[in-house]
Amino acid sequence: MSFSISLIVNGSPCDVELDDPRVTLLDLLRERLQLTGTKKGCDRGQCGACTVIVDGRRINSCLALAVSHDGADLLTIEGVATGDRLHPVQAAFITHDGLQCGFCTPGQIMSAIGLIQEGHAADDPERVREGMSGNLCRCGAYAGITEAVLDATAAMALTDRRRSA
Amino acid sequence: MKTFDYVRPSTVVDAIAAAAAPGAAYLAAGTNLLDLMKGGVVSPKRLVDVTRLPGLDRIERLPDGGTRIGALVRNADLAHDSEFAKSYPAVAEALLSGASAQLRNAATVGGNLMQRTRCSYFYDAASACNKRSPGAGCDAREGENRLHAVLGWSDACIATHPSDFCVPLVALDAVVEIEGRDGGREIPVQFFHRLPGDAPERDSVLEPGELIVAVRLPGEARTFAAHARYLKLRERTSYAFAVVSAAACLKIEQGIIKDARLALGGVAAKPWRAREAEDALIGAHPDAAAYRWAAEAALAGAKPSGNNAFKIELAQRIIIRALTLAATGTPARIPALPASPFSSAAGIPHNV
Ligand SMILES: Cc1cc2nc3c(=O)[nH]c(=O)nc-3n(C[C@H](O)[C@H](O)[C@H](O)COP(=O)(O)OP(=O)(O)OC[C@H]3O[C@@H](n4cnc5c(N)ncnc54)[C@H](O)[C@@H]3O)c2cc1C
Ligand code: SF4
Ligand code: FES
Ligand code: FES
Repeated sequence: MSFSISLIVNGSPCDVELDDPRVTLLDLLRERLQLTGTKKGCDRGQCGACTVIVDGRRINSCLALAVSHDGADLLTIEGVATGDRLHPVQAAFITHDGLQCGFCTPGQIMSAIGLIQEGHAADDPERVREGMSGNLCRCGAYAGITEAVLDATAAMALTDRRRSA
Repeated sequence: MKTFDYVRPSTVVDAIAAAAAPGAAYLAAGTNLLDLMKGGVVSPKRLVDVTRLPGLDRIERLPDGGTRIGALVRNADLAHDSEFAKSYPAVAEALLSGASAQLRNAATVGGNLMQRTRCSYFYDAASACNKRSPGAGCDAREGENRLHAVLGWSDACIATHPSDFCVPLVALDAVVEIEGRDGGREIPVQFFHRLPGDAPERDSVLEPGELIVAVRLPGEARTFAAHARYLKLRERTSYAFAVVSAAACLKIEQGIIKDARLALGGVAAKPWRAREAEDALIGAHPDAAAYRWAAEAALAGAKPSGNNAFKIELAQRIIIRALTLAATGTPARIPALPASPFSSAAGIPHNV
């Protein structure tokens, strides 16, 4: 059986022919669309390396069936910068050394973007740590990650205030 | 993962018809089902995708003051619905203590009720497991079983039910609405999950092909809102299943406990309602002696199923702590670390 699905990936419409219903969103991104920024850590929902934003919500793409997401709007790490201008969360990860080997980083950044949009953590480091607990970092860059998320939250709130002023 | 045939019906009636095929399974978000399929624990021949069924993604206020939660409402959406969280704070806290933000954004109400045990032998296709293959034996009995059941287990299976959400649901008399080929029926969440007996392969009373369409909380459940907590002890602060957990809901009038609800997680194959403890609390002063008495009553029938006698004492302590915090009052905002026994209210010692 073959399935055709339509997605929006980082703003561009994208039609995909799936010859197999078992393909996850993660495998679709990495192996069929050559978007390898999204990482496969555990493939079982336990590490967060595969985090992407689907229809505005951060989810684990390894436990999402592609065919079930026909029509979805996906944002991956490849789509967050504007040309050469980094997303505020990317910039904050660099400023605060929120990474070491970098393997977990695309997932961390997508998760942080999701967390900031959800708006439940704001400037509370404990709530940020809790909200980011779905992203493991084997290098233990957690202190820098928390600072980066707090900083990016503040920077984005400031930009929003300036825009609406 | 074995391949399967995939269908995405657009009505409940079509979904139920499609799921009547042998070997069919409903697919919601897939956060448990796909995991099990990847491990070869289950191999459905057909997936019936329910995610586009209309009308099942609503949270509705009922005329009797109760709330009806559609089976497709996402765990995060329910927990962050401010009206819901205010009315049923222990349910919101339990939801937010489960899994991770990403998983809660995907996971559905129906899938949460139907999630399978996390027993590692159940997950390992090379181990003997009566739940996975009836009659095969149970490798957990002589294996790594420190997190297994201390209540209601049988020789055939000592696994626990892993859901947090279901624990306060059971305490608050929630009801599951089910649709099947022969029409609808409903069943209290308390009687929805099964103890293993000699048929551990059946987790619940849901018949093959039946669909959960909603979960309903009665209006009375909101009368506990001022004194309602869920506490969950984990092996790390967040993103871990419960070792033991407790939902405690009290009604306190003039310094006396007028009504009490208590349920435990992580101790049995079903979320465990502790009626004896509730009876012990009603009419008592909300104090340490009453909580200790209730905790002993709740675990009176407990028995280690392996290397896990410590869970009996631990469950009693989590009950005492949950009751103490519930009596102190529901916090205005969900704590930064939901359900954590380590994020304490002022004046309550950690070592009770
Ligand atoms: C790493 C990890 C950590 C987790 N930690 C926790 C935790 O701490 N606490 C906790 O409570 N949970 C935890 N979970 C489990 C999570 O809550 C469940 O995976 C989730 O709730 C399942 O919902 P779903 O929509 O993804 O269901 P699916 O995976 O799609 O389905 C699960 C089961 O339910 C059946 N089903 C789904 N919907 C219906 C319906 N409407 N009617 C009948 N049957 C249906 C499916 O056929 C399947 O058998 C964790 C999961 C992971 C992967
Ligand atoms: S405890 Fe139950 S689920 Fe675990 S191996 Fe034994 S039979 Fe299987
Ligand atoms: S790869 Fe998806 S959570 Fe680890
Ligand atoms: S930076 Fe190496 S895993 Fe996080």
